[in-house]
Amino acid sequence: MANNGSNNVLVSVKNLKKFFPIKQGFIFNRQVTQVKAVNDISFEIKQGETLGLVGESGCGKSTTGRAVLQLHKPTSGHVFYEDQDLTTLSEGELRALRPKIQMIFQDSIASLNPRHSVRKIIGEPLVIHNIGTAKTIHNRVVELMELVGLNPKWMKRFPHEFSGGQRQRINIARALALNPRFVVCDEPISALDVSIQAQVVNLLKDLQQQLGLTYLFIAHDLSMVQYLSDRVAVMYLGKAMELADKQTLFKEPLHPYTQSLMSAVPLPQPKLERKRKRIILQGEVPSPSKAPNGCVFHTRCPLAIDRCAKVIPEYRQVHPDHFVACHLVDDQQSSIIKVIGR
Amino acid sequence: MILQVKNLITRFYSVDGVVYAINGVNFALDAGETLAVVGESGSGKSVTMMSLLGLIPQPPGKIEGGQAFLFENGEQQDLLKMSDQQIRRVRGGKVGFIFQDPISSLNPTMTIGKQIAESMTEHLGLNRLEARKRTVELLNEVGIADADRRFDSYPHEFSGGMRQRVMIAIAVACQPKIVIADEPTTALDVTVQAQIIELVQRLQEQLGIAIVWITHDLAVVASMADRVLVMYGGTVVEDALVNDLFDNPQHPYTIGLLKAIPGVTKMGAEERLESIEGAPPDLLRELTFCPFAPRCQFVSDQCLTELPPLITITKQHRAACFYDAEKRKIKEKEVEHGQ
Ligand SMILES: Nc1ncnc2c1ncn2[C@@H]1O[C@H](COP(=O)(O)OP(=O)(O)OP(=O)(O)O)[C@@H](O)[C@H]1O
Ligand SMILES: Nc1ncnc2c1ncn2[C@@H]1O[C@H](COP(=O)(O)OP(=O)(O)OP(=O)(O)O)[C@@H](O)[C@H]1O
Ligand code: SF4
Ligand SMILES: [Mg+2]
Ligand SMILES: [Mg+2]
Repeated sequence: MANNGSNNVLVSVKNLKKFFPIKQGFIFNRQVTQVKAVNDISFEIKQGETLGLVGESGCGKSTTGRAVLQLHKPTSGHVFYEDQDLTTLSEGELRALRPKIQMIFQDSIASLNPRHSVRKIIGEPLVIHNIGTAKTIHNRVVELMELVGLNPKWMKRFPHEFSGGQRQRINIARALALNPRFVVCDEPISALDVSIQAQVVNLLKDLQQQLGLTYLFIAHDLSMVQYLSDRVAVMYLGKAMELADKQTLFKEPLHPYTQSLMSAVPLPQPKLERKRKRIILQGEVPSPSKAPNGCVFHTRCPLAIDRCAKVIPEYRQVHPDHFVACHLVDDQQSSIIKVIGR
Repeated sequence: MILQVKNLITRFYSVDGVVYAINGVNFALDAGETLAVVGESGSGKSVTMMSLLGLIPQPPGKIEGGQAFLFENGEQQDLLKMSDQQIRRVRGGKVGFIFQDPISSLNPTMTIGKQIAESMTEHLGLNRLEARKRTVELLNEVGIADADRRFDSYPHEFSGGMRQRVMIAIAVACQPKIVIADEPTTALDVTVQAQIIELVQRLQEQLGIAIVWITHDLAVVASMADRVLVMYGGTVVEDALVNDLFDNPQHPYTIGLLKAIPGVTKMGAEERLESIEGAPPDLLRELTFCPFAPRCQFVSDQCLTELPPLITITKQHRAACFYDAEKRKIKEKEVEHGQ
């Protein structure tokens, strides 16, 4: 999407970690272990771009999005928005910044308050932040509804009177109420019917162009991510495996996991599909509370060597703007080791 | 042909009124083929298949019309006319089924092995020892490692992918002719989905089963189907071989659907996805005209007054639409230029 030729970094995430304690027992409630939902992740998002974040269920995508916005307090690491380190801000300072950084939540279609009118739902952030009078809020709600393609006449209706796609528009309008610059979109389309998904995707794109928004776009539908993103990061068990611009990532993935993931995802082209060779990974994603030592992917990696079980591969830049964490990717040549065809 | 469904009509008498869920569904299934059923949420995919298997809760549901012939050895039986006991024998016998959410279809208080073995004693008349032996073989076959020990595990001890393997084992345990799979991979991760699709295809080849695979994912359809039914508003709007459907879609809904997903024609953000404006039909009203008409760019007066029947376009390709394909091409060009 429009990068506008600018390379200004808007959001910079450094060694972000978010661990959740797992407690057991009724009386003593002692901490038994912890889920390393996000375990040392770094990436940058440039002004005006869309960074896609993909990976299988439970790999930590939503937690990453929330920790970036400080909706989860990170266990450690830093998140810079422009030049402010969000992890060091006080509650009050964060609150003041909140309008600029917003999130569209994964399960938000279901969580729209059924007893609140659309006007109340969309205007709520303005009320919470004490912005404007009843009249200006009303006008802003009209403006927002028009922006996302809802008829302002429907303002007094309740969520159940809208279709899934329309409810997602209500959500998007609410997230935009405070004029954000950076929006984390957590699976904004996965609950929608295919014929409706395109409506919302087009809307997100139009809004980005009109308002110069920067997106972190979380999804597990790789074709939508490819369609919508400029660059894409791939996660597995709380770790970033690879990050590159989308052309490179989809055409020449370096990491064996990225290659396997790409190969597992079917394409909507029957003739191509019949010819394709697939990498079928063995087993399932291990539980995040029992992440393997060394490379977290080694238990399923078709190419794993001894070192993979012992040493955590460094997440490093192998080409300009192409990061990968795998022992087998050669630093000098950073050659693609093809998993298929072995 | 092993199954032929004619003019199936299923309704629900709910508190909100009558839900016109299935409004005259017609299709046939050939031996050994994979038939994908696609359509948006509420289009009637599950209710169609549940109607055939006697799984519609009655009340509120009621099958109000149609026939569903199961053919075997030159004989035909109407599934919709069977007694409860007869249909139970078909279910899990000649027709196996796999549901989206294995946890709710497996008995949580019974070991995995026992659940499979029991259906074998019931349908195939095996004794306990034989059934156990075959169950272990079968668990091995569907990729459950250490099957002998796993026989005594309970469903909650298995991961989502393993439970779905168990469901598959149960579905094929009694040498079915047909397996109906309702979104069997929707709850699974893509890498596990790939495993399950491969497994089903291998079993299908080995056992010569016909498969009905319900999904909303057109890419899954592309990867495994021989033929595709597209459902909309409780009707079949298109029925075509998979290549024909993707290369030469005939129904405006199918055409719209294929333009709404990236990867068929549009790969880059430069090209805009075409969305189908509007929302799916309200099934609380009886269907008296084309269910897609309110969203259709080719709509005419006839579309708003009559229900289009499935029209044969070529031998293997049918669509329920009044609009003429030639006219449609011209109109499409106009629309493109108009933008
Ligand atoms: N509040 C919490 N307390 C404890 N564990 C949590 C919490 N939130 C998330 N987790 C765990 O952290 C891991 C990552 O979860 P997360 O929701 O970030 O995954 P995800 O990649 O968004 O998955 P999905 O694709 O299913 O949405 C999971 O194992 C999850 O169970
Ligand atoms: N028990 C019921 N009572 C009332 N209406 C029902 C009942 N079961 C299904 N329906 C209705 O029948 C219609 C068809 O539902 P069905 O479950 O077949 O859709 P589907 O195509 O399988 O959708 P999905 O993709 O969401 O699974 C829907 O409008 C649904 O609300
Ligand atoms: S019958 Fe009419 S309204 Fe229905 S899909 Fe065809 S052209 Fe469109
Ligand atoms: Mg999530
Ligand atoms: Mg269904």
